[in-house]
Amino acid sequence: MFNYFIGLQWKSFFRSASFKTEIWFKILMALGALYFILVFLSLGFGSYFIIEEAGLGDPLRVINRFMIYYLAFDLVFRYMLQKMPVTNIKPLLYLPFKKSQVVNYSLGKTVVSFFNLAHAFFFVPFSVVLLTKDYPLAQVVGWHLAMMALFYCNNFINIMVNNKDGVFYVLAALFIVAGASQYYQWFDITVYTQPIFDFFYDMPWTALIPWVALALLYVAAFTYFKKHMYLDGGLAQKQTEAKTENLEWLDRFGNLGTFLKNDIKLIKRNKRSRTAVITGFFFIFYGLLFFTSAIEVYDNAYWKIFAGIFVTGGFLFSFGQYVPSWDSSYYPLMMSQNIKYREYLTSKWYLVIIATVISTILASFYLYFGWEAYAAVLVGAIYNVGINSYLVLWGGAYVKTPIELTSNKKAFGDKQAFNAKTLLLTLPKLALPIAIYALGHLLIGPVAGYLFVAAFGLLGFVFKERVFRMIEGIYKKEKYKTLLAYKQK
Amino acid sequence: MITAHTLTKKYGAQTVLNIDHLEIPKGQSFGLVGNNGAGKTTLFSLLLDLIQPSTGHIINNGVQVDESEAWKPFTSAFIDESFLIGYLTPEEYFYFIGELRGRNKADVDALLEGYSDFFHGEILGQKKYLRDLSKGNQKKVGIVASFIGNPEVVILDEPFANLDPTTQIRLKGIIKELAAKENVTVLVSSHDLIHVTEVCERIVVLNKGEIVKDIHTSTETLKELEAFFGG
Repeated sequence: MFNYFIGLQWKSFFRSASFKTEIWFKILMALGALYFILVFLSLGFGSYFIIEEAGLGDPLRVINRFMIYYLAFDLVFRYMLQKMPVTNIKPLLYLPFKKSQVVNYSLGKTVVSFFNLAHAFFFVPFSVVLLTKDYPLAQVVGWHLAMMALFYCNNFINIMVNNKDGVFYVLAALFIVAGASQYYQWFDITVYTQPIFDFFYDMPWTALIPWVALALLYVAAFTYFKKHMYLDGGLAQKQTEAKTENLEWLDRFGNLGTFLKNDIKLIKRNKRSRTAVITGFFFIFYGLLFFTSAIEVYDNAYWKIFAGIFVTGGFLFSFGQYVPSWDSSYYPLMMSQNIKYREYLTSKWYLVIIATVISTILASFYLYFGWEAYAAVLVGAIYNVGINSYLVLWGGAYVKTPIELTSNKKAFGDKQAFNAKTLLLTLPKLALPIAIYALGHLLIGPVAGYLFVAAFGLLGFVFKERVFRMIEGIYKKEKYKTLLAYKQK
Repeated sequence: MITAHTLTKKYGAQTVLNIDHLEIPKGQSFGLVGNNGAGKTTLFSLLLDLIQPSTGHIINNGVQVDESEAWKPFTSAFIDESFLIGYLTPEEYFYFIGELRGRNKADVDALLEGYSDFFHGEILGQKKYLRDLSKGNQKKVGIVASFIGNPEVVILDEPFANLDPTTQIRLKGIIKELAAKENVTVLVSSHDLIHVTEVCERIVVLNKGEIVKDIHTSTETLKELEAFFGG
């Protein structure tokens, strides 16, 4: 029976429309995966020595101390990204499979997901290092197994709390508060959690406890799923009560307002677009890495421009780069309705601009790090508005990935979102402003560098008409290909 | 109103549509029938410039559809659910289409008033997004939306499919009225021979992409069509 399931899975993977991408992209994907594996591996091997070097104490205890955060981050990450195993269950329901088999298979599938395996790349080498450092075998094994079980617990917890946004945000908030209060030394949660993790090491037999918990969680997830495996139960699409909104204040913008109204509803009412906005929001804090001198490599003027671009351009990158795809499920309507391409594009452009301005205002707190930090942010904003806003629209013409608005599937990085043309277009988005800055910085000085970048951005405004005409032409040329691509879900 | 010249659509070696000449005069109610794969939706997609013809072109009221966008203001269509915006409520969707076609809220409300029978109380004020409506109700929304803004050409692909019997009968009335009163050209495709003969003045049968029959509807038409498809 399981052979059938695995066969189906195999076919659905290799026959999916998005799988047939260019070969070099697959290579790039493999390299990306390899990169993450390497990062985890080197952390696994290296963290022992790093902690020892820093003189923080017994590396294992230090890891245990922060383990609670590791687990919490893992859960947040899973909640946002890990796909639920319910997909493709529907057609199996009325076939002669036992329900328990279908559930077991679906849950079993999550066990081998990358979200679980990735941690092995950290824990296995770390445990190996511990052993070479003469930590007792039984204790290390006990600890290691306990950790494994805990991460698998996360896996099943995530399955059960999936789509319970309320629970999730409360938990996430709690951990942010815990993290902040630890940083400011008000309250240290790790004092209470570290002994738990130490326990698994000090008394290896206690590793049984998380395994028992894991078994219980599996049974709970199993019964939960089985009970809800009805079309009007767990498999039903969640319906929210709809409210008609008029947003009449946007009417004054004429046709543009019509589209903006729609885009606001698009963002508010769909999970996928909300994720894009939240991602964009978090980019605002990305600059902290650069301006607080937290990471040495980033501590120079060139990287600050880079940070400025990202801080104000979060929405531009996360939302803007998929521009026509947000409308993919009804693109034929847009293409046959009484709509001029120019108006459609202009409304998206304004949306990106408004978001950039809002980000810039929200990012005012960078003033705290000195005027240079905020100058970088401002200059980044001007460049984003003047140049990058065109570039994302331009790149969007080549991104032919249909977006499923109601799910977060593939929210971060999709194969088709990367192709030769979009990749080439990233260069002017990020590298060019740094180059321009470098030119000013080296020839005259930092201030000149900022001015150069800002001037370049302003220049973009001047050519707005011309650039829009060009982008419009590209969209028209790509229209039929785009329509065809959006049909293949 | 609509003229197709040496229109073909090929996918690789396969020709899915091959129409040497087709003329649809203004105000005609035009029915398109044919089995699956006969090219009905292909023809409609070409009319809406959603796909490119391999050869030839279509002129809609003097506008060549694959060259200029000027046909959009007077043409409207409902082909499938990709013409609906799932995250809007029906009201919002109607107003959106209305705004695109230069109709304000009051205009749209007045128009919707006339379709309250057709909606059967299942569309307006339901607190549901379009994506959560049933297939039949989605169809009702799409069809009525295509009437907003007094279009001169209305294209409906399989409008009767998925509708309940009551709604089918009402829709027939609506289409007849539309074609008769307002000098509107209506293009309808259907698998239901009875409906299409009732509604359309002229029926064209497509088979494997070619026009095999072009009939002015009369009392004999249904028999003729049944004979064609049955034998």
